[in-house]
Parts: sequence; structure tokens; C-alpha cells
Amino acid sequence: MTAVWIAIEVLLGAAALLSMARLVMGPSILDRALSVDVVLAATIAGIGTFAAFHRDPTLLPVLLVVSLLGFVGSVSVARFVARRTDPEPPGGEQGPGSGTERGSER
Amino acid sequence: MTAVLDWIALGCLLGGALLSFAAGVGLVRFPDLLSRMHTAAKPQILGLLLILVGIGLRMAPDPRVGILVLVALFQLLTVPVAAHIAGRAAYRTGRVRRDLLAIDELRDELAEDSGR
Repeated sequence: MTAVWIAIEVLLGAAALLSMARLVMGPSILDRALSVDVVLAATIAGIGTFAAFHRDPTLLPVLLVVSLLGFVGSVSVARFVARRTDPEPPGGEQGPGSGTERGSER
Repeated sequence: MTAVLDWIALGCLLGGALLSFAAGVGLVRFPDLLSRMHTAAKPQILGLLLILVGIGLRMAPDPRVGILVLVALFQLLTVPVAAHIAGRAAYRTGRVRRDLLAIDELRDELAEDSGR
């Protein structure tokens, strides 16, 4: 049984590390927000697994806080991206502004 | 009985951990934002629900397990909203790779709206 517990935590740690790799590589800020979401999901799962292993319910409110934190973070990043590009006229989306963004994406 | 419940809980936790790992691999391997959003949704909903069921089975008689229901409820309500807003911002700022899209219904809608 101990081996399964270790396997669970190793898998969650590997998931968080791979998401961190995308966080470093991520071409755009939305990719980074997305990978932060996955890191937070792995964090919730890790803390939850710890609580389940020790049968310790005092850690459960932490799960609630972390889940709401992820929502606020990703929504504010997405709104920030949208706000920064909204003032441009609709035709400007195909213009040089989006061209440089696409260029920097590759 | 407790041993059986513990093994079921362990299976749920292992399933959630495997989904999280799959999401990590997908985040690194997949080519653009929309496919990464597809893989990132797995641990956020199904993986988290499996983990919460596992925790609940481990601590079954304790009344504080009700917090887990709140976590699942908030996650089910907030993850689709966050994904929608992120996908909308990605589409509107041109960060979606159009050569990977099989069908793009929003482009036709936008063309209709701007032609009006």
C-alpha cells in the first residue's frame, strides 16, 4: 500500500514539474495562466492526498482557498489580455499588432 | 470494511494522479493553446473529483468532509467560466493556430456581424 501512496505523490510531482516547464517555455501569457491552473490543480491533489494519508481534516479548508485562488488568477490574467487589445479598432486585429504577436509566438 | 474502503480510496487517488500527470505531459507536448486547454481541463474537473472522492472515503465518518462538497461545487462552477474567458481572449487576440482548427464557426459569425 505504501508503494501506491508514493506512486501517487510522484505522479503529482511530475505533473507539477511538467506544468512548470510549460510555465517557463510558454509562448504567450495565456499559456502561462493555463499552466499555473494545472500547477494549482496538482497542488490541490497533493495537499488532498497528504490529508487523506494522515486522515487529517484540518487541511481541507486549504483546498477550498487554493481552488478559488486559481479561478481569480486565471480570470484576471485573461481579462488583462483582453483589456490590453480591446481599444484597437476591429480591423486592427489583422494589422501589425497581431502580426508581431503571432511572430513572437513561434 | 475499512480496508476495502481504503483500497477504493487509493484507486480513486491514483486515478486522479494519473490524470494530473497526463495533463502535465499534454501541456508540454501539445502545439497550441486550445489543445492545451483541452488537456488542462482533465485534472481540474475529473481528476479533482476523483481525488475528493478518495479523501472522502478515507475520512468517511468525519462531518468536516462536507468541505469537500464545497470544493467540488466551486471548481465545477469556476473552471468552465475561467476556460471560457481564457479561450475568448486567446481567439480575439489571434493566439489560436487556425491551421489546426477543423471547423471554426465563430469566424463565420464574426464575419456576419461585421458585414451587418
